[in-house]
Amino acid sequence: MNRSTIDLWVGIFVTIGLGAIVFLALKVGNLTTLDAKPSYRLEVNFDNIGGLKMRAPVKAAGVVVGRVESVRLDPKTYEAAVTLKIDNGYQFSKDTIASILTSGLLGEVYIGLDAGGDPQMLTDGGKIAKSQSAVVLEKLIGQFLFDKASSGAPNK
Amino acid sequence: MFSAAVTGIADGLRRLGAASIASVARLGYAARFGVAVVQESPTAFVRLHLTIREIYFAGVLSLIIIAVSGMFVGMVLALQGYDVLERYGADESLGVLVALSLVRELGPVVAGLLFASRAGSAITAEIGLMKTTEQLSAMEMMAVDPLARIVAPRFWGGVIAMPLLAALFSVMGVFGAYLVGVRLIGVDNGTFWGNMQAGIDFWPDITNGIIKSVVFGVAVSLIAVFEGYDAKPTAEGVSAATTRTVVGGSLAILALDFVLTVFMFRGMANV
Repeated sequence: MNRSTIDLWVGIFVTIGLGAIVFLALKVGNLTTLDAKPSYRLEVNFDNIGGLKMRAPVKAAGVVVGRVESVRLDPKTYEAAVTLKIDNGYQFSKDTIASILTSGLLGEVYIGLDAGGDPQMLTDGGKIAKSQSAVVLEKLIGQFLFDKASSGAPNK
Repeated sequence: MFSAAVTGIADGLRRLGAASIASVARLGYAARFGVAVVQESPTAFVRLHLTIREIYFAGVLSLIIIAVSGMFVGMVLALQGYDVLERYGADESLGVLVALSLVRELGPVVAGLLFASRAGSAITAEIGLMKTTEQLSAMEMMAVDPLARIVAPRFWGGVIAMPLLAALFSVMGVFGAYLVGVRLIGVDNGTFWGNMQAGIDFWPDITNGIIKSVVFGVAVSLIAVFEGYDAKPTAEGVSAATTRTVVGGSLAILALDFVLTVFMFRGMANV
């Protein structure tokens, strides 16, 4: 086989291989996420974060607007201090409420942002004052049973 | 009676010691051989057509087997995965399951195993036969360094071809899973791709898969050229060397895969 034929085949092979990597990056993975876009940080404290993990999505009205950058425990208040990385294209008012939600019963845990009406916007490093903790299912069931027991007994 | 037993034990220990020393010496020889190959590598890139020829033999000729195996692996994964996921009503996660297994593990590992048996054995047999027929010695007589002219291009050809083959394997696997999952079983097309993209990140999932395939490519290519160069210059020697390439290369891939996985993904479980 002469050299130019080999060159052609190797060219085809390398193109297919690189095309496969690009396909993996764009179609299988999500290279086009917010990671590469310019972003700013917001702080928010929660009493309980439930199963929230790093890199969990931050959604407003169901649209992903950022990711959870870090989760740590505030040693003074014993609250969970969560840092969010929000895409620069989205601004949130000062009275935004952050809540920890679960998509579906067993789905992923994410942070939902409910924008308020304050004309002033949060800036880089700003703090979301109002937060709603994760709903811990065990506590909820416990509460339900307790309520049932205390309210149900006198009626009978 | 007693002294005979002592002699017997001493003999056994001596044999064990000799075997240990021989294997360590061989390992050291392989390491020095690897360094020598890297030192002689500039030739492989200055005279690029030599390396391109080897990419043709190692890569292009492996395309069919890689593509077909990748597709079948993806199809089987989709069938088996759907069977289990459906019990928990999580069949929309099929795309994530298949793509994650392929990109992280099966793509690099299975492509590496196929590469070791398809291309690695060919490289060993070729170099071994060159040694048997004294072509390597003839080259040295003509002041042509066989490391630079023969070994380095084959080594780099394998190193370059391997990650591309692994990526192709993963893509064909995802395509096979799409055929079975979406077209045959009827998982929703949108959730299949959407969950896959939501569950897989370019960094670290795909980059780690690529790093794995590069490491496997280096390991298999080095083992293949070393076994060929080190083969006993007889027909049996070449056949034994080819066997050692496939066995050693496959074991090296599986062992390295474990080590790499521990380093790459252990941290993620703790997050």
